[in-house]
Amino acid sequence: MNIIISALEADLESPICERFGRAPYFLSVDTETMAWEAHANQATMRAGGAGVAAAQFVIDQKVEAVISGDFGPNAAGALRAATIAMYLFNDDTKTVNQAVELFKENKLANFA
Amino acid sequence: MKIAIASGKGGTGKTTIATSLAHSLAGSIKVWYLDCDVEAPNGHLFLNPIFTEQVDAVIRIPQIQPESCTLCGKCVEVCQFHALAKVAKKILVFNQLCHGCGSCTWNCPEGAIVEIPNPIGVLEAGLTKHGIHFLQGVLTISEPMPTPIIRQLKKWKTPPAQALTLLDAPPGASCSVVETLRGADFALLVTEPTPFGLHDLKQMLGIVDDMHIPCGVVINRDGIGNDQVDKFLAEKQIPVLLRVPFSKELAEGIAAGQTLVDILPDYRQKLQHLFEEIIHLVKVSYAK
Repeated sequence: MNIIISALEADLESPICERFGRAPYFLSVDTETMAWEAHANQATMRAGGAGVAAAQFVIDQKVEAVISGDFGPNAAGALRAATIAMYLFNDDTKTVNQAVELFKENKLANFA
Repeated sequence: MKIAIASGKGGTGKTTIATSLAHSLAGSIKVWYLDCDVEAPNGHLFLNPIFTEQVDAVIRIPQIQPESCTLCGKCVEVCQFHALAKVAKKILVFNQLCHGCGSCTWNCPEGAIVEIPNPIGVLEAGLTKHGIHFLQGVLTISEPMPTPIIRQLKKWKTPPAQALTLLDAPPGASCSVVETLRGADFALLVTEPTPFGLHDLKQMLGIVDDMHIPCGVVINRDGIGNDQVDKFLAEKQIPVLLRVPFSKELAEGIAAGQTLVDILPDYRQKLQHLFEEIIHLVKVSYAK
């Protein structure tokens, strides 16, 4: 399964980023092979609409799930309409790698 | 002539200066007062206009016709404000992010977008007892975007050529302030001698410099804080056009809805003099 995680740096060992729309990087990860790719988030510097822009990016990557610290109403609306599952980091989540492991173990809460 | 009164920092006295200036000049020239602080317009509390006209401020937001839409995504691509998103089988519109610019409608190759009016507030106009033409925009609570309503307020009516238009800007140093300043002949920057006042004054100076608008400064609550604002202005050779001391008498009068002219009649002359200096500075700047 392909998922996206918001991250502070462009690396699998990067600390996670609690913010979605203005996260510096999005890491797309294949949970089976652990193959990954980092994408700089073009929405970070926008005055407004960063959440929707970031959601559009995630939607265009055709992933099945996205993990972040929180999702704003606009971003959540777009992701929900695209039937992309949203999950939240828990207190044990420090790095992108950990987020993927916790996700695989089904330990992350669904964003409702 | 158009003079915008701005400050960056909130609560420095923009409205105090703008309404007092309007009051001091109303007997001698035609004054139009535009309250562009549409999220919290309060100039009316000091000038007491009787509003006789009201119109809706409307932006036109897109509605996608699903039977004509081919999901090409052109509208999403051209939207500078990310008010549109293309999800699985439809285009989503986020009304509160839409600026009503119409780019999506213009660029849709299928003609699949119709625009529907979305009221975001009202424009009001009336006269004060001193004969000031008073106009204000009022953004509806929970609407996030002040800029379109400011733009509409400025276009709503055309003052006579010889009239002086005073534009009371919103606080901050973002789009709504830039929209207020656009087309102004002069920016009157109100500050206070504190680190906060100085910080935001520098931001405002950056904006007016960028927009090539000549400016001068009013130091309000003079006597508090420190001398950093004065040092900075002296260094940059920016004129201080008026100082209003920090005083309980003024504070009490303002809290009771009085202009400086109401509280201390001396201010009529001081503010008229300020206006003359502004005219001079505008002439000098156009001569350059």
